[in-house]
Parts: sequence; C-alpha cells; structure tokens
Amino acid sequence: MKKTAKKPLRLSSEWSFELIDEYHREIARVAHDFGLDTYPIQVEVITAEQMMDAYASVGMPVNYHHWSFGKQFLSTEKGYRRGQMGLAYEIVINSNPCIAYLMEENTMTMQALVIAHAAYGHNSFFKGNYLFRTWTNADAIVDYLLFARSYIAQCEERYGVDEVELLLDSCHALMNVGVDRYKRPPKLSMAKEKLRQQDRETYLQSQVNELWRTLPAFAAPEGQASERRFPPEPEENLLYFIEKNAPLLEPWQREVVRIVRKIAQYFFPQRQTQVMNEGWATFWHYTLLNRLYDEGFLADSFMLEFLQSHTNVVYQPAYTEPWYRGVNPYALGFAMWQDIRRICENPTDEDRRWFPDIAGSNWLETFDFAMRNFKDESFVAQYLSPKVIRDFRFFAVFDDDRESKLKVSAIHDESGYRRVREMLSEQYNLGNREPYIQVWNVDLRGDRSLTIRHHEHQRRPLGPSTDEVMKHVARLWGFTVRLETLSPDGKVELVQESRIEKRRVA
Amino acid sequence: MVRIIDRRYDSKKKSAVNRQRFMRRFKQQIRKAVSDVISGRSIRDIDSGEEISIPARDLNEPHFQQGRGGIWETVHSGNDQFSSGDLINRPPPGGGGGSGGGSASNEGESEDDFVFQLSREEFLDVFFDDLELPNLVRTHLAKLVEYKTQRAGFTSDGVPANINVIRSMRGALGRRLALGAPYASRIHELKAEIERIEDADGADSPELPPLRDELARLRLKIEAIPFIDSFDLRYNNRTKVPKPTTSAVMFCLMDVSGSMDEEKKATAKRFFMLLYLFLLRTYEHIEVVFIRHHTIAREVNEDDFFHSRESGGTVVSSALIMMRDIIRERFAGGGWNIYGAQASDGDNWENDSPGCRELLATGILPFCQYFAYIEITPGEPQNLWREYQKLEDGQHNFAMQRIEQMGDIYPVFRELFKKNLA
Repeated sequence: MKKTAKKPLRLSSEWSFELIDEYHREIARVAHDFGLDTYPIQVEVITAEQMMDAYASVGMPVNYHHWSFGKQFLSTEKGYRRGQMGLAYEIVINSNPCIAYLMEENTMTMQALVIAHAAYGHNSFFKGNYLFRTWTNADAIVDYLLFARSYIAQCEERYGVDEVELLLDSCHALMNVGVDRYKRPPKLSMAKEKLRQQDRETYLQSQVNELWRTLPAFAAPEGQASERRFPPEPEENLLYFIEKNAPLLEPWQREVVRIVRKIAQYFFPQRQTQVMNEGWATFWHYTLLNRLYDEGFLADSFMLEFLQSHTNVVYQPAYTEPWYRGVNPYALGFAMWQDIRRICENPTDEDRRWFPDIAGSNWLETFDFAMRNFKDESFVAQYLSPKVIRDFRFFAVFDDDRESKLKVSAIHDESGYRRVREMLSEQYNLGNREPYIQVWNVDLRGDRSLTIRHHEHQRRPLGPSTDEVMKHVARLWGFTVRLETLSPDGKVELVQESRIEKRRVA
Repeated sequence: MVRIIDRRYDSKKKSAVNRQRFMRRFKQQIRKAVSDVISGRSIRDIDSGEEISIPARDLNEPHFQQGRGGIWETVHSGNDQFSSGDLINRPPPGGGGGSGGGSASNEGESEDDFVFQLSREEFLDVFFDDLELPNLVRTHLAKLVEYKTQRAGFTSDGVPANINVIRSMRGALGRRLALGAPYASRIHELKAEIERIEDADGADSPELPPLRDELARLRLKIEAIPFIDSFDLRYNNRTKVPKPTTSAVMFCLMDVSGSMDEEKKATAKRFFMLLYLFLLRTYEHIEVVFIRHHTIAREVNEDDFFHSRESGGTVVSSALIMMRDIIRERFAGGGWNIYGAQASDGDNWENDSPGCRELLATGILPFCQYFAYIEITPGEPQNLWREYQKLEDGQHNFAMQRIEQMGDIYPVFRELFKKNLA
C-alpha cells in the first residue's frame, strides 16, 4: 500500500485526553473498515496504584472482599515498588460497555497500542467468540459483582467476618471444579437476582429438607434401597452440587457458594481461550496500527516505539534460555493468526495440502469464522500449520516417570507435524491440565458421606494440596467426605477420607 | 463513540479492606514476625515500617491439581539438536530452562517466604495489638472533664467585671450622635441664620433673640441625651469548653547501683521504650521524667539515665520520694495522666524495702494511672519483690513482673499491660 499524503496525527510522548480521542477516532475508523464488531467502548484512565487494585480484584472493577485479594495486592505492590516487575499496560473487562483501563504512566504510543489491542482486539473477541457468548453475560457482570459484594458484606455483618471468610476459603478451593462445561447458565441481571434471591433461599432450603427427611414410614426392601444412587448421574460441578445438596448449609451460605460459582463460571472462557484471545488482540493492534501508518497517520518514531513493545510481547524464548516458561500464548497466537492470513492470501503448495478449505479464501471471513467458533484446544488442532511449527522449532517430549530418560517423540519434520500439533492441542485442553473430578455418590441411607471420584489420566496423581482441598469439601458438606481414584483399568482406590461429624444445633 | 473517563482521582485505597483482611487472617504469623524483628534491632528504630516475611506455605490456597508423576507429553519451542526418538536425561526437578515448565499443573510449590512491607502504623498496630493500659478505659469514662474558658464575642448582659469599655463607649457615642442628629442640623441652620441677620442688621436686630433662645434650647436638648446608658453596655463573653486531658507524664525509675550491669540496664531500657511508645499512641503530649538512684536519687536527662555509670549501695526509697515530690510540685491538679515504671535488680537495703511499699501505697499509687515494676534478675526474688508482693493484691493499678533476659521483655510487656477491663 502506498503512503498517501494525509495529515499525520500529532505526535507527542505525553498523552492528553484530546490526543486519545483523536487516535481513537482513527483506530475506530480502520477497525470498522476491517469489520470488527465490538461492544461500545469505555476507556478509563487510572494510576499505577489503581492498576494494582485492579490486579488484586482479578481485574474486575468491583469485587467482594477477601484476604487472598489482599495477598495478591501485597505481592504485586512489592514487586512493583522494587522495580522487579512492570504492570500490565492495560486491563480489559468483558462487559458491555467494554471497559479498558489505560495506565497514566503510558506514553501516547502505548495508549494507542492499548486502545487497538484491548478496545478493538479483545473487545471484538469477547463479543464474538462462542465460549464468551455462551458462558458470560457482558451486560450483567458489573451489576452482578455489585450484588455479590453487597450481599457478602451483608453476610459479614450478620454472621461475622470469620464465618464468611471460612466459607469463601472453601469455595475458592473448589473454584476450578465449580464450573459447568456443557449447560447454558441462566442469565443474570441485578434486578432479577435480587427479586429471585429470596425465593431461592426458601425454595432451596425446602428442597434440602425434603431430601434429608427422616426415613419413609414404610420399610423399603433391602436390595432396592442400596441400588439407588444419589446423584443419579455423576456431577462434575462440585460447587453446584454443594449449593443444591449440602445438607447443613444455611440459605445465605448457599447464596455465597453460588456467587463464587458464578464468578468462576464467568472466568471459565478466559482460561480456555488464552492463545486465541491474546493472539487475536495482538494481531489486531499490529494490523490496525500498521494500516494507519500506511495511510500516513503515524510518524516513524511512533512506529519504532510501538514495534519495540510489540516485539517484546511476541517474543518466544527457546527452551534453553533461562527465562523460558513454556510457550508464550501471545507469540503463538499472534503467529497463528498471521499465518492464517498468509494462508488465505498467499498459500503455498503445502498450505493447499494442509488447509484446502481456507487456502486462497477471503481472510476476513476465515478470521471471523475461526474467532467465533473455536477455543485454544480446537484452534490449535485446526489451524496450526507446519510453517508455524517450523518457525517455533517445536518439539514434543514424552515423559514417563517409569522410564529413566525422556524421549523426544516428535519434532518439526514431515513425520512429526501432526504429532506436535496434537500434543500442543492437548496441552491447551483444560480437561488434561486439570484433574477430572466428579461427585460420585452420597450415602443417603447411611452416614450421609459424600464420595468424590478422581478419574486418573496418564497415571498422574493429584497434587500435594489435595488433602487441604478435601478438608474444605468436608467443611461445606458437613459430613464425612471420601476421595476415590478410578484408574483406567477400572480399579477404584480410596485415596483420602475427611471425617467430620457435625450436627446442627437445633 | 468512545467514552473516556478519568479515574485517576477516584478513591485510591480500593484494596485497603482486602489488605486488612490479609493482616487479620495472618495475625499470628505477622505477630511472630514482628516480635522477631523487634528483638533483632535497636528499639530506637521501632517507630518505622518494616519488611515482614511469613512462611508461604501458610498462605497457600489449595486447589485440585495434578501432581508430578505419571505420563506427560509436552511441546517446547526452540529445538536445536533433537531428532525424533532421541533420549534425553531427565533434567533436575525445578532446574530452569528445561522441559517440565510447560504445563501449569506441573508448577512446584515454592517454599519461599512471602515477604511484604508493613507500614509504620500497621507495624505498631501489631506491636500494640490488644494491649491496653489497665484501667485506661475505666479512668477514661470516669475522668472528670476539665473545662477551660475561651472568648466568644460580646453580649449585652453580664457582670460589671466583664464590661468591655471600648465597645460600650463606642456604642454610646453612636447612640448620642444618632439621637442628637435632628437637633444638630437645626442648630446648624439657626447659626447660619443668626450670622446672616447679624451681618445685615447688626447684633441688635429684633429678630435675633427668639433665634438665640431656640438655639440655647436645642443645645440643652442635646446635652440632655445621656452620655452613657445601660443600653450601651457591652460585656466580654466567654464560654466553657471541655478540655481533653491529652497529657501524660511517665516516670522512669532505675536502679544504677553497682549490681545493675550493662545488660540489665539494656533490658530496662527496652522496657521503658516500650511503655513510651505505647503512651505515644494514647496521648498527644508526654513528659518523661528520668530518675536514677543508688543510695540517693537524681533527676537526669535521658542520655545520662542510660549511659553514665555510677555505683554504690541501693536505697530505692530515695527515688520514690523524689517521684512523689515531683508529682506534687509539677504534675498535681488532675491535668496529667501519671505513669510510673520502675526497673531494678531487686537488691535493696534490707530496712528500706518496707518503707518503699509504704511510699508507693500512700504517696504514689493514689495519683498514678499505673505503676509497673520489673525485677531483672536471674536468681531468687529479692526483698523488694517480697515487699511489693504485699501491695499487688490490694492495688488495681500496680503490676509487677520478673524478667530474666532480653528475650522475655516482649511477653512481659504484654503481660503487664494486657487488657484489664473487667
């Protein structure tokens, strides 16, 4: 594209509100040309300290109070004060309007980068990707968090800070097994939540009472009773199961469990789309700003500064380097999106063999489809091309703790592409990264003990904090809790048992 | 259209509550860390913040995770030497660079301590946590409120002693001018008229006498306006405002006889410093009186108190008498909260000890908020201890403790000043 003689945007390392507005106008125009569909944007300028606050409350503008957020804040603060780490340039919130935080310390170049990255990149991803569309409700999240905070504050007043803190600790321990993977959650809205909350309290409690009512008047035949299992189907959302069925929880405790569960659910898509989402945002800030440069809006000095930070973001260290921390999601994501565009625009023979359906297609349409319908796992499995594998010099290492040596199972060669791709995709499969745990059974007729089953995968054991987590489960459940491991050969073994005998004081 | 919002001036302390929650949660660990820190550094620096570290394992948040072991197949970048099928030696666990870091669930738990900065306030808060001088609350509630008067403008009634002369006279003058104004202007006219007639017809004109009469009459009228009226009086107004007693005086009594060696003095010093710091938080203004004694007592400055050496026998009562006298001379009248702290090795002239008890009971304790005695001795309690023990039961504002070494100070201090609100 040729440089046209347009008036370049004013260049200044100091930002001002007028400048942000000017840059935004141009970025928005170009983004519109590319057909990016976004929520309305709300840019908020904040200080470094407020950025640390935002870090501490997992990036949300409001959240309930908990010591773990304080811990997060203290460690961020320490790192920042000592200059060990910089803060992120931006935080963006999946809400409608989409809130993007810009830090006061940023230069104008960085502010423009952040606007392009967050307000157009992430924002359009939030609005388009199926996981976000399914699992989060951008209209309601801020209201819901407000509701959550005030509800938990009320509980603290009524039942004491300690009581609520213990409960939250237990819920947090189960956060990553407190998400639905396959069901559509009901939409949340502030008003509705409030209205329904009361009903729910009484209803839930009545359900539970029903469940735990003393034995029926007639004596059921022995065999029949032992066959009935509860829950009839194993439940993989532990928090959901506890919220609905834990016998001894008070109504307010159920509501708190629910709040933690809802928030866990809200963050669930983010954990599954890191590569795609960050890559998408990085691709778009790169593309949008380059287009503006080609049109003559941006000065060379702007581009130099921009490219320097862009290069830092997408740097992938090799495994031999001391700062190697695995695959950098920004680097992989950016490279893959760039590569898809290349395959669409300038396909090679190899690409035609590997991607017959997209080679030579309209890249914007292909992008839109890919962005909307994939998550990391499937995105890598679908679109990781041999060229990217070669560029990253990927290799897969097979580690079996029964063998004394590791084995290189595949490298970036003709015979290894598929294997590497498959392995990398597996690596982003949340189901592989986290242990598979289900509520298996409740001893309804006996001691009310809860049995949780861990499906062993590749002989990987549970981590060292499992005992602690089980104590939390026991606290929520109120009766004995058991953890069993089911090995692939069908053998079931009792791993852990947390005994608790607590009776409600009538 | 974009909305740009400047949030920089919004409240900055959003995380303050979470931070407090953190402190609250790890109170025990933080408290321990703080007491370690205190024993490790000079007491003079106590009034500043501190970096605290607490064991990281205490604040782990557990999750279901996959542990090490089993089969993993991970993808890494930057292949520079491997072909498929190569065997590699297993890298040491936790070793940088190599494989193993690729999977989130493989992250080992770091056992490093969690280090963070306590602000000065937080540090002292922990330090003084749930300490409270005995009876403080009680005396606070029962305390006679003192008043002081302060000016509050002027009023129109009051006692003659409070008459404000200037204000009153100013008012009177104004009133006289105002009331006399119509007469004065008429007088002015008459004068001009008389002058005109005198110029035209001479001083004998028959028109003049009535004018002169009127002039005289008007002058009389003006003179009849009272020079000052009760109405004009203004009084200084004063109101009473309650005066908080924010002053405290702390007496430090120390035995510097030959038997008190440097180490014991250092221990005593810690004790005084801690008391001082606590008072600093409770009162705005604190006087400190240092009294050192061997056979005779002397009031000295802080430096001499701790550093200069003397020796000789021990007569504790000399110091107590001095304290009593200083209270009478300088701190009588209820405006002061008086605290006493005495440190000694307990070695006293045998016949003096009963006198000390007597002095304390009658001359000092009735005026004190609190009097604490510490005996720094590794051995058996000495005679002074036994005498003081007789006091301990009857007096609510007296406490005593024995400490043996530097490390005992902190718990002793807490013991001495722990909440006693019953």
